[in-house]
Amino acid sequence: MASITLNKLVKAYGDTEVLHHVDGQIDDGEFIVIVGPSGCGKSTLLRMVAGLESVTSGDISIGEKVVNDLEPADRDIAMVFQNYALYPHMSVRQNMAYGLKIRKVSKSEIDRRVEEAADILEIRPYLDRKPRQLSGGQRQRVAMGRAIVRDPQVFLFDEPLSNLDAKLRVQMRLEIRKLQQRLGVTSIYVTHDQVEAMTLGDRLMVLNGGYVEQFGTPIELYDRPETIFVAGFIGSPSMNFLTATARGGALTLGNGARIDIAAGSDAETILGLRPEHLIPDETGPIKVRTELQEQLGANTLLHGTLDGSDEQIVVSLPGHVAASPGTIMSFGFEQQNIHLFDPQTGKRINPA
Amino acid sequence: MVENRPLLNLLSHLVLILGIAIVALPIWITFVAASHDAVRMTQAPIPMLPGPYFWENFKQTLFGGGLSGTEVAPVWRMLLNSLAMAMLIALGKIAISLLSAFAIVYFKFPFRMGFFWLIFITLMLPVEVRILPTFEVVADLGMLNSYWGLSIPLIASATATFMFRQVFLTIPDEMLESARIDGAGPLRFFWDILVPLSRTNIAALFVILFIYGWNQYLWPLLITTDTDMTTIVMSIKQMLEAAEQSPQWNIIMMTALLAMIPPVFVVIAMQRLFVQGLTETDK
Repeated sequence: MASITLNKLVKAYGDTEVLHHVDGQIDDGEFIVIVGPSGCGKSTLLRMVAGLESVTSGDISIGEKVVNDLEPADRDIAMVFQNYALYPHMSVRQNMAYGLKIRKVSKSEIDRRVEEAADILEIRPYLDRKPRQLSGGQRQRVAMGRAIVRDPQVFLFDEPLSNLDAKLRVQMRLEIRKLQQRLGVTSIYVTHDQVEAMTLGDRLMVLNGGYVEQFGTPIELYDRPETIFVAGFIGSPSMNFLTATARGGALTLGNGARIDIAAGSDAETILGLRPEHLIPDETGPIKVRTELQEQLGANTLLHGTLDGSDEQIVVSLPGHVAASPGTIMSFGFEQQNIHLFDPQTGKRINPA
Repeated sequence: MVENRPLLNLLSHLVLILGIAIVALPIWITFVAASHDAVRMTQAPIPMLPGPYFWENFKQTLFGGGLSGTEVAPVWRMLLNSLAMAMLIALGKIAISLLSAFAIVYFKFPFRMGFFWLIFITLMLPVEVRILPTFEVVADLGMLNSYWGLSIPLIASATATFMFRQVFLTIPDEMLESARIDGAGPLRFFWDILVPLSRTNIAALFVILFIYGWNQYLWPLLITTDTDMTTIVMSIKQMLEAAEQSPQWNIIMMTALLAMIPPVFVVIAMQRLFVQGLTETDK
């Protein structure tokens, strides 16, 4: 078990910098999810920790040791790949044992560890099969088994669930979480799926364009997103953003509606409101002209525009709601659920 | 396709049978000629049905002096020479191409693509083109009349290198990364992962290269002067010209028949892997 420290980590390919001064402290036994859109550098960051990509500048430490120049094999890590990367010509048992065999672990110890891991993952009946004879979910388990038998200080997961179907993904997600809690191994998990990120991580690192936007617990990210990007990325459906002008303790929306808020200097502001935080209210300030609705069973998503402007708004209402297109509905919200952002910097503005 | 047209069936069978007959006729004639005595083979018309001397010819060809009245090595010796040469060429080509493809695909070194193209343009230089300088080199190295001289100049293979390169390129990068995390060094990765994954391709190449080596004619003709080192393919031609008498067709045809056996055996033994190796794309 070990902590991981990322210190001013930079990755550049030639002149193109893809990761900019990434800092982070990961505690022993913590499950960290790195999340972000494709091309944000999350896989690169993970592969740098694994030792598959070189470090341009900055330091990576596992435990007390700086590992920048260590070979992947010497870092005491195990990695689960997106396509599992199982050796197709070896049986499940050989796949799991290969790393131990190279490390010259004794035959009996290898057998013991492989069988123990196989029991944990419930793949014992498949030990003598080849990977191609297994289903996607079983291959996924074997890939995890290969990581477990090594008994490493750190697990690294590179989008391990993205090749599975939706139902299996939810199931494996829970199993990975349970397994990690049981083994207590420090883990870094990369995904682009924010639901996966929210459910798995003790803490989330949101990356965008090579910058860390925010690093915190899922609830922190949901309740107090530090940037517009995080606000829009975390939560589904994503947050509504409305342009507004702050003046004299009130916000004026694009359509002229006034909202009293105990906040703000006089400036252009972006008002963020989550779809689930909009409450039907006859006297509410947000008037929405509905366009269409999506019935999800447990709740209904109303899509529309702010009345008198063309800004898109999504509202999530519990249960079944019927609204014919073109109706105007009014919504209110609670003061604690609003988010204000600076349109220039994209940063959160905290009400004074 | 589900079709039921008796006439079409009949026609396709006729075409197939005709094709087989055309291909098989020379082999049949070889077989028939190998089973008659020398005198019968000089009379016209040549026989189309097997005669009674097959085993006699077989024994004389394989263990006797072969052609009577000439100094030729016994045919078993030639078979052995041919086998040694074909095996050395096939295995040598595979070993060298595997290693060079491994270097070109998995290692970063200066002028990597330069080396690749250098290997590639040797396709334009088959033995026939460079035969004099090659002969000079082999003679200077004292490799005339040896298995090394027969095989080494033919071992470098751009085609096989290129093919293995393509095979290695289809193996996902994660396989290498995963092996690195497992602690496998380059050679370990090569032996434990790459070679087993290229198994079918190696088999397919082996078949092709074995036959290529077996059928070599010009090169062995040039560098072997010792009758003990002659290969079977070149000896057939020599037998025709050797004696100042009418050709002994029964012996010559028996030799040809014997020369066909090893390649046929290799193809039959490797057939399944051969087809897999040329068609399989899934890794």
